[in-house]
Amino acid sequence: MPGRSAAPPGSALGRPPVGLVVAGAVAGVLLILPLVTLVLATPWSEFAAQLGSPAVADALRITALASSVTVLACLVLGTPLAWLLARVTFPGRSLLRAAVTVPLVLPPVVAGVALVTAFGRTGLIGAPLRDVGIVLPYTTTAVVIAHTFVSMPFYVLSVEGALRTNGEQYDVVAATLGATRWTTFWRITMPLAWPGILAGAMLAWARSLGEFGATITFAGNYPGTTQTMPSLIYTALQSDPAVARTLSMILLVVSLVILGMLRNRWLTSP
Amino acid sequence: MSRPGVLSARIVVEDRLDAGLEAEPGEVIAVVGPNGAGKTTLLRALAGLAPMRGTLTVDGTSWTDPPRLTRDRRIGFVFQDQSLFPHLSALDNVAFGVRTGDKRQAAHDWLVRLGIADLETRRPTQLSGGQAQRVAIARALATDPSLLLLDEPFTGLDVGVASALRVELGRHLREYAGIALLVTHDALDALMLADRVLVLDHGRVAQEGPPREVAAQPRTEHVARLVGLNLLREGTELLAFSPTAVNVSIGEPEGSPRLRWHGSVRSAAPHGDAIRLLVGTDGPELIADITPAAAAELELGPGRPVWLAVKRTAVTTYPAR
Repeated sequence: MPGRSAAPPGSALGRPPVGLVVAGAVAGVLLILPLVTLVLATPWSEFAAQLGSPAVADALRITALASSVTVLACLVLGTPLAWLLARVTFPGRSLLRAAVTVPLVLPPVVAGVALVTAFGRTGLIGAPLRDVGIVLPYTTTAVVIAHTFVSMPFYVLSVEGALRTNGEQYDVVAATLGATRWTTFWRITMPLAWPGILAGAMLAWARSLGEFGATITFAGNYPGTTQTMPSLIYTALQSDPAVARTLSMILLVVSLVILGMLRNRWLTSP
Repeated sequence: MSRPGVLSARIVVEDRLDAGLEAEPGEVIAVVGPNGAGKTTLLRALAGLAPMRGTLTVDGTSWTDPPRLTRDRRIGFVFQDQSLFPHLSALDNVAFGVRTGDKRQAAHDWLVRLGIADLETRRPTQLSGGQAQRVAIARALATDPSLLLLDEPFTGLDVGVASALRVELGRHLREYAGIALLVTHDALDALMLADRVLVLDHGRVAQEGPPREVAAQPRTEHVARLVGLNLLREGTELLAFSPTAVNVSIGEPEGSPRLRWHGSVRSAAPHGDAIRLLVGTDGPELIADITPAAAAELELGPGRPVWLAVKRTAVTTYPAR
């Protein structure tokens, strides 16, 4: 890594303790072995054919749609929320911040049940919506809502952190220069928070890509409308494990691409 | 340039500051005082950045009733740490505050005036401390402010850079038609740049007047130290005398009609051609300048007990209010 001072030669400090080496190696094997076996067990000859099958195409399309809309929702709605949490003092702010982070630790199935309770046909919001002809459960919209629900906290936390790190001083400077808060938001606050926005968007996208529990609970698993890649893999595993492996491989490749982007754009930034 | 007007204020910030301030257009006021005296608080209150009570009127318009937002106050604020926008070039930093006309052209003109037009594409991280402060000054002046607020603009700069910038700031302040307030820890700033000095102490105005007068007859310990004078309070009178007028000896001085103290040397440091001693006595803490030869002869060092004496004729006496 550039900028790092050279580490002292290991020999000068003595051998690494056996306990640490063994435990670390076990962890490494545990993390790598399943992925290696997945790569080895994937019937690569069928890879292209699977990728082109209508079920996979549909699932990929829905996954891509849901994760893209999720990122868009994060940018459009999550950014203002992060800004409010970081910049505006209002009663119940810390309560709101705590509530916003709950989906981070919530089991996805519980998230799904909560979504059904709110937006289901008889739900608090779902019932009046149904009266005006809008039915959410088991639609692609429900997939997007589920994905956004579980992904947005990652984004909001990341952006709020970036906003707090930059501090309010530049907002103050902009005010002394006659700028409105709206101008300051666009020309100063957002550009300075850009690394946090990018990292947050990546995290939200990755979370959305793997989302399974909340989606299947709230939106179901209907090919062509609500079946995402993880749902399709789950279904395939019950009938044809080989297909499940191929599909998993596809998702793994996509995940690795995202990880690569994270490494370049975010993990190495100061 | 718009015609800036008179400033009249009484600024009260809870537990921090209670100060009156009157200023004419074109006036440069140096604000001095020890840390925590309320100098920065005063600037922030004028800028609308610190919650205050009291009144503030600029050019016949109240900024406090109804409260006027910082962005509507027409101020220029030069921050201690410059606070240049890190993602904008020097030119864009200055252009950000320009309110009318061709913003980039106006910003360019300001950078030319500050002698840094060749740096206009640079980001703040690519500027030296002095260059960054020039950009910050250009940015504040480019807003065409009624009130220019400078918070220790030379702090953290190399001595050479600071003195060059001081001369230059003096030139811009003379051309500047509005009111300028300059917070400083340096007597030189006050003497060179200001028409008037406002001395704050514990959130109150301790002294106010032309720089020469304040420097000659300081009323606070802090200002006395800034201008290099010893200050004593004797009943209703203040006594000021130069450290060069202080006689230092090991034995008790002869003759009685002198002011004299016994104490020990706290520190000794070069000061111009002399050695400046800081001596703690039973009463005041005093400074005395002696020649290096005398310092060697008396074997002066921290902890050394000494006698200090000063002739009455070398002391300026004036009433304490």
